[in-house]
Amino acid sequence: MILDVSHVTVYRYDASMRSAVQSLRLFPSRFDGQRVIRWSVEVVGGMRGGSFRDGAGDKIESWSLRGPLQEVVIRVEGQVETVDLAGVLRGHRELAPPEAYLRETLATDADAAIRTLAEDAIEGISGDLEKAHALAGAVAEAIAYRPGVTHAHTTAAEALKLGEGVCQDHAHALIAAARHVGLPARYVSGYLFAGADGEPHEAAHAWAEVFVAGLGWVGFDPANGCCPDDRYIRLGSGLDARDAAPIRGLARGEGEESLDVTVALAAAQQ
Amino acid sequence: MTTYFNEMFENDQVRAPYARLEDWMRAMPAELRQMKQAEAEALFRRIGITFAVYGEGGDPDRLIPFDMFPRVFAQNEWRRLERGIKQRARALNAFLTDVYGRGEIVRAGKIPAKLVYQNEAYERAVVGFQPPRGIYSHIVGIDLVRTGPDQFYVLEDNCRTPSGVSYMLENREIMMRMFPQLFRENRIEPVDGYAELLRRTLASVAPAKCDRDPTIAILTPGHFNSAYYEHSFLADLMGVELVEGADLFVEGGFVWMRTTRGPQKVDVIYRRIDDSFLDPLCFRPDSMLGVPGLMDVYRSGGVTIASAPGAGVADDKAIYTFVPEMVRFYLGEEPILENVPTWQCAKPDELKYVLEHLPELVVKEVHGSGGYGMLVGPKSTKAQIEAFRAKIEDDPDNYIAQPTLALSTTPTFVEEGIAPRHVDLRPYCLVGEQIELVPGGLTRVALTEGSLVVNSSQGGGVKDTWVLAE
Repeated sequence: MILDVSHVTVYRYDASMRSAVQSLRLFPSRFDGQRVIRWSVEVVGGMRGGSFRDGAGDKIESWSLRGPLQEVVIRVEGQVETVDLAGVLRGHRELAPPEAYLRETLATDADAAIRTLAEDAIEGISGDLEKAHALAGAVAEAIAYRPGVTHAHTTAAEALKLGEGVCQDHAHALIAAARHVGLPARYVSGYLFAGADGEPHEAAHAWAEVFVAGLGWVGFDPANGCCPDDRYIRLGSGLDARDAAPIRGLARGEGEESLDVTVALAAAQQ
Repeated sequence: MTTYFNEMFENDQVRAPYARLEDWMRAMPAELRQMKQAEAEALFRRIGITFAVYGEGGDPDRLIPFDMFPRVFAQNEWRRLERGIKQRARALNAFLTDVYGRGEIVRAGKIPAKLVYQNEAYERAVVGFQPPRGIYSHIVGIDLVRTGPDQFYVLEDNCRTPSGVSYMLENREIMMRMFPQLFRENRIEPVDGYAELLRRTLASVAPAKCDRDPTIAILTPGHFNSAYYEHSFLADLMGVELVEGADLFVEGGFVWMRTTRGPQKVDVIYRRIDDSFLDPLCFRPDSMLGVPGLMDVYRSGGVTIASAPGAGVADDKAIYTFVPEMVRFYLGEEPILENVPTWQCAKPDELKYVLEHLPELVVKEVHGSGGYGMLVGPKSTKAQIEAFRAKIEDDPDNYIAQPTLALSTTPTFVEEGIAPRHVDLRPYCLVGEQIELVPGGLTRVALTEGSLVVNSSQGGGVKDTWVLAE
């Protein structure tokens, strides 16, 4: 599939800011499931800083802006060709040891309920891949998709207790459950092309990857009850949503920040 | 009854390194001693050196007691220590390069993956990044104790930002001022080259992108920090800027320092703040002490941070057990310095042994420092031991245990005159293009009679440390 991406992030400030720094993880991962045809990232009026690829294989680029600033606009435009690898992150070069993804974070801490959910889900199941599928299924069942009930700082445990949440909550819960049963797991941020009708849809998305011995990292999207396929574009990963955030920024000054994000994905006419 | 090695007197004979100190000691009348002691204190106050040693906290304005009786090493004693310390510093850096690279030591089954990769000090953010010259820990503080003429043990390694070196320098300065004749009678190796060695070490690890004489800055959390004196002292001696996070900013892939003449590019940052505060974009988002964007500049090769973020995984107490293995694995050498035998309470059989032998063991928290949260079995009451037993049983992974070492003593001026008191030693090893070590280090002394805890927060003092020239 060939996907066109347009992703514009605008931070507005109610008072002018002295300066801003952005650390961007907004570049499609390099692996067999996706190929960049064209891609551009720009912070309007900013100065490009260093860029590098980190140990998890993600490209990170930093930008800085001098004040006075009323807003910071980050524009991503590009076209990516994707193929369906049934969630397997084949051909992805990275150095980070899978064991480093067994560490708990605040958002992915496994409380008693998550531990029970995980242990029940894998009972009688052998094989990492089968376990991961079972965990993803259990999480999808336990947390119904419902926008607006959770927020950016909701933890896996809180979402499970609520029984409702969005893709971030599903991913956190799956990560917490997988780590609890000894499977390395991580948070992935990216885009999902959800509209088969050819109309652009809101498309920023997140899912989880579980490390399966012999196979490597495999993506699971409990929110949609599937493994990532050619409708997905992978950007980067981390221990949790905060760690995997595509945009990290900080502006100096006294102004209050408000955020406006527009993401549109469309299947290109072939 | 444990016997302790007295570094000055062995079987009523004065050991050779201390030969010339005997007359000095005997010829010092009580009044002169008190006068000198008061003079030393006044000098320390005037200098303003009033901070606590690394991680010990406590009142930052408190003066650490200075004991005028020097601690002395013969040249041959020191040479062996020096070789052992440099060997250890090389192995620790090789370990860091490895675990942020291919992790060969873990693949080879020499160290459990969990201890390394799930360690809180392991920074995933720097995996795959090679710092200049492959050096992560540029200043390695290795804490040693002595139990016999030729028997030394490493208590712990400090790979992040070991402090206390200003004491090493000031102790010497004050001794030379108060007792110049001692420095004529004894041929003592100088330590005052430390600052220049540190500057050269830092300059030698400037990023490849730096094509001129590197600009170095010391990054301090500020004057509320207990080691602020040392930060400004070292900046002064090296002739470099002392900066706080707010004095720095990133732009165009580099770090810049605000100066009265405009922005100046900084090539090497000797940071005295913890990893988690370095950069709110990468680590703790609430940190006001660091520099937003610093880690991106670092990882794209625009600046060197010393010690490197992530270096702390090498000095964790659970990793400590494996340092001799690192020496063999990376260097193919036998370790010159020994580790203290250590029981990991995380292992059930070792935990059992520890719980059965608490009255004779020292038990420490894995991540603790400064003599807090530790049990010294032989010096504790039954009630204290039982209270500690409950803590260990509650969270065994958090504790390690070691035998109570018979720490050596050196003569020390005390209320009643001169008496033996237990000491340790922290030399500072500098790792850059060269591996350098000034002869000596910081000797800490437990001033309370019988005490084995030398931490300043627990009644410890400091001494000048001599290495005699051949």
